Amino acid sequence: MATVTPVKPPEKAVPPPVSANPMRDHPLTAWLFLAPYLVLFGGFVLLPIGLGLWMSLHSWDPRLPAKPFIGLENYADLIDPGSVSFDPFWNSMQATGIFTLFSVPLLIVVPLAVAVVMNERFPGRNLFRAVYFAPYVLGVAVVGVVWRFLLDANIGLVNHYLGVIGLSGNIPWLSSLPEAWVALVGVTVWWTLGFNAVIFLAGLQDIPREQYEAAELDGASTWQSFRNVTLPNLRPVTAFVLMITIIASANMFGQSFIMTNGAPGTETRTAIFEIANTGLREFAMGEAAAASWILTVLLIIASLGVFWFFREKEEGGRS
Amino acid sequence: MKALRYSVLGLLTVLFVSPLVFMLVTSFKTRAEAVQTPPSWIPDAPTLQAYRLILDAAETPVFRWFGNSMIAATLNSILVVATSALAAYALARLEFRGRKIVMALIIATLFVPPVILVIPNYEVVNQLQWLDSLIAIIVPTAANAFGVFFLRQFFLQLPRELEESAFLDGANRLQVFWKVILPLSRPALATLALLAFLTNWNDFLWPVYVLFSPENQTLQAGLSTLQSANSVRYDLLMAGAVIASAPVLLLFVFAQRFVIEGVSRSGLKG
Repeated sequence: MATVTPVKPPEKAVPPPVSANPMRDHPLTAWLFLAPYLVLFGGFVLLPIGLGLWMSLHSWDPRLPAKPFIGLENYADLIDPGSVSFDPFWNSMQATGIFTLFSVPLLIVVPLAVAVVMNERFPGRNLFRAVYFAPYVLGVAVVGVVWRFLLDANIGLVNHYLGVIGLSGNIPWLSSLPEAWVALVGVTVWWTLGFNAVIFLAGLQDIPREQYEAAELDGASTWQSFRNVTLPNLRPVTAFVLMITIIASANMFGQSFIMTNGAPGTETRTAIFEIANTGLREFAMGEAAAASWILTVLLIIASLGVFWFFREKEEGGRS
Repeated sequence: MKALRYSVLGLLTVLFVSPLVFMLVTSFKTRAEAVQTPPSWIPDAPTLQAYRLILDAAETPVFRWFGNSMIAATLNSILVVATSALAAYALARLEFRGRKIVMALIIATLFVPPVILVIPNYEVVNQLQWLDSLIAIIVPTAANAFGVFFLRQFFLQLPRELEESAFLDGANRLQVFWKVILPLSRPALATLALLAFLTNWNDFLWPVYVLFSPENQTLQAGLSTLQSANSVRYDLLMAGAVIASAPVLLLFVFAQRFVIEGVSRSGLKG
């Protein structure tokens, strides 16, 4: 994934041979076009990836002049059950794990279902598509503040209507478990469903109609043509959506920062929430950098694993 | 079948629209009515009190935050489009050594989890003395892999003949880029500009941690300040949420084709 390879410096300029081809460029031209972007990319993506690794090997407090090198101590602390860093970190990793485990399947299946329903011409289609996409253009802060209000245990709209239809009307959505996870996952699905659905819809529209017609001639049912035509054709798009959804879910922050503020206790405090607090509030930046590397490596392993599993299964299903 | 489809779609529509309607309705309620049960969908005595209270409050200067967010998102969007377009053109059309490496690096970072950048970028911004200032919101996030990737795909589809004839007329690369490529790419540039604006406007974690002073917040980060200052003043919170969502919702209403097409195209070559 993120390999840190230094950008090759431009080759020494060889004078371009005089040629009839007007498209022959000076070798430096390309680098001049790239320069502004590479400055940003180098300074705020490549350099920080390396710097983070470097910081993780130090006791790094930006307020202190000395930032002593301590080798792997930050990592050792994070994986030593006896250290004070262990519990907060792994609790937050568990929170991120729970959230990812429940939100990712929903954010694949529900958007795919919505996209399938939308994949036919009918009046109002573009309007519905825009409506389902709309929450995504709102920031997580707006979404969080609005849903914290709607899910308020005492005066919230959700509990009110649950009461109206005869269910329990005082569910503590934001302050106890597992309700808080239901709320956080549900709000996230509400917020980002449209985004994934739009990508799936574009993928569906690229499937050649003849394949469905052929399946129909073979007497395939709707379900069979979904299984044998739609799913295999959608494989690359599904892989892409799965990948970005896993990354997004594993980086969940705003929902729990705004809606539950980690409650109950610190149970819904996610890994990135904990890392930001450790590094940018308590200024244990070395430890926080080490924690973000552990999270990233686990995330890479997890997504490669899911990817591999997914690929095998799809190929098996095709026969 | 038709009835079934429309009832499913209709139910979903209610689920998606009603929270936003209720947000708007609540922002026009009085303090007491905002927390009253059963909740009302039409305010008894509609008032702008909530807006008046938050717009100029010293600790939560929402009006000022609005300006900050506008400036940051606009400049960030310009920076993203300008740098990505130049880079994408080089990667789409120019032959040079190292092109494959640059391309691979950029694509790899499409999948880099943002968490890896937060801590070190804070240190970078600290060294640049950009903490607690808007430039920290504008510049670092402009290093946008998606933009280069997206525009490169677009440039690759443009016919080469137009560029070739411009060269025969004596234009150089920069002139070709400026006079031939950019005018042909307006829809793609508009899409990227919109997506960058939305992303920056809605960014949350980064401004929460790099901006400290009340007057320097963006709207999104400010909303969480507003919430800690008024945890159950839902009239105020909903007014703040309306102000933070109105510009992006309006933008979406008028430009939804560009936004949706931009997003849907992002998956095709993934």
